[in-house]
Amino acid sequence: MASVVGTFTLDPRTKPKRRISSDSATGWAFVGPSVLLILGLSVVPVVWSLLLSFQVNDLVSPSEWVGLANYKALVQDPAFGAAVQHTLLYTVLYVPLSVVGGLAIAIALDRKIKFIGLYRTLVFVPFVVSAAAQGVLFSFVLDPEFGVANSLLHKLGLPAQGFFSDPGQALPLLVVISLWSGTGFCVIVYLAGLQGVSAELVEAARIDGAGRFAVLRHVVVPALSPVTVFLLLFQTINALQLFDLVFVTTKGGPLGSTTVIVYFIWEKAFKSFTAGYSAAAAYALAVALLVIGIALQISRRRAAR
Amino acid sequence: MKRPSAWHLVLAPLALLFALPLVWLLLSSVMSNAEINRFPPALIPSRIDLGGYRYVLGNALFPRWLVNSMIVSAVAVTANLVLGSLGGYAFARIRFAGSKVALGMMLATMVIPFQLTMIPTFLVMKQLGLIDTLGALIVPSLVTPLAVFLFRQFFVSLPRELEEAAVIDGCGRLRILVSIVLPLARPALSTVAVLTFLATWNDLTWPLIAINTDTNYTLQLGLTTFQGQHHTQWAAVMAGNVITVLPVLLGFLLAQKAFIRSLASTGIKG
Repeated sequence: MASVVGTFTLDPRTKPKRRISSDSATGWAFVGPSVLLILGLSVVPVVWSLLLSFQVNDLVSPSEWVGLANYKALVQDPAFGAAVQHTLLYTVLYVPLSVVGGLAIAIALDRKIKFIGLYRTLVFVPFVVSAAAQGVLFSFVLDPEFGVANSLLHKLGLPAQGFFSDPGQALPLLVVISLWSGTGFCVIVYLAGLQGVSAELVEAARIDGAGRFAVLRHVVVPALSPVTVFLLLFQTINALQLFDLVFVTTKGGPLGSTTVIVYFIWEKAFKSFTAGYSAAAAYALAVALLVIGIALQISRRRAAR
Repeated sequence: MKRPSAWHLVLAPLALLFALPLVWLLLSSVMSNAEINRFPPALIPSRIDLGGYRYVLGNALFPRWLVNSMIVSAVAVTANLVLGSLGGYAFARIRFAGSKVALGMMLATMVIPFQLTMIPTFLVMKQLGLIDTLGALIVPSLVTPLAVFLFRQFFVSLPRELEEAAVIDGCGRLRILVSIVLPLARPALSTVAVLTFLATWNDLTWPLIAINTDTNYTLQLGLTTFQGQHHTQWAAVMAGNVITVLPVLLGFLLAQKAFIRSLASTGIKG
């Protein structure tokens, strides 16, 4: 009864004009604060950043228009080139390892045995720990003098390592720490995805004589491919924006070996106060992120077909 | 009796590997400085020494940072629940001029990376006189497009019938939202609360840019600077680290289902 009456009153043709305009007022009253805050603090800054990238600006005095000079300087800046290289190396190591590792661990955790809840909790819990806390913890664990890592190496009769003070080790160590905290996210998303893999399909493959590994390879992994594409995109975007962990552990060092793009952007804006130059670098990164996002969306659509 | 699964041989060491750094964090926070500074350092404290905690809590700034972080997170969570549910409800249920454009633009802003907006946001906050105050941390986190979007998606999935009777009775939209829709929206409310809390509590980049005076630091920023200044007092640094991590850890353990559902849902639908 209620639904019949309801359908009648909600029919747009029977709505008097005043009703519609008052709805518009209510609608805008509800969304107004959010729209204003979100667009005000994103669209305005995006345009402002673009303008800044054509200027010389120290965040204090009036800025000067320089056209494309910032972008030209960026292309030739060996420090920026190195930052891009470090970021790509980190991304190429971290993203596949966290996604493949996440899938393997999710498959291992996708069974009903004793303590499985505890195992899942422990694998996931590092994900909620902040990058600052991770950085401070591992600075201690890996402290060459007082850290437990060198203490363990000593007990095993192995030579002490420099860790974060060794330019060859710092970046791989950041990858390892990120894997410790970031793989759990992939595990959780894959576990949720695994619940959607058709049990009948798996059963059918089994009956057709497929072994466990064949079922994984030909049924489970293909069924999870939308999840995999999402995770690759999500992890890549996160990896390219690495900053907090670097700031806390190495400050871009030693010898600049861990200066990543966002660290470069932050340093240029808020340490050397060359905001225009920094905005140009930020735009270069944003365009790269957008291209990756679009490319993955297209490949996702193709995979869905 | 059923034989225990062989999978334990794989899963137990794996789970331990992920837990170990946090176990070590707890253990070292209750070590004495003498034990930590020995070479090679002790692996397990011989007795529980709360000197690190006494130092950190006696240090006037750590409690202050804890309060600052709590204020920023509490305001951000409350504001996201209020503004997000209002906006999400209007986008889901009220037909109004420009709603599609507004929603589309808002969702489009989700792809804008933070680095692109951080310098102008700093300049805007400076104009507003908020730089170096908690206000600079609060204003940009009052509402996120994700919160509005999650509420909208949830409200769209609710059957309309529940509200239609109230519309006929002449109830206002706000009344309908508060007394009929929100009581049914616990999953959406907890998802937005969890995601907002995690993002604001754990943030380091923006406080680092927006705050200069140490009394206005958040815990993340305070811990980072504290480590830089006290890098030989590891027990105190680790005690401070435990205090920084504990609220999130406790929240996670108490509301694990909500945490996991929230984070997994951003993944599956994304």
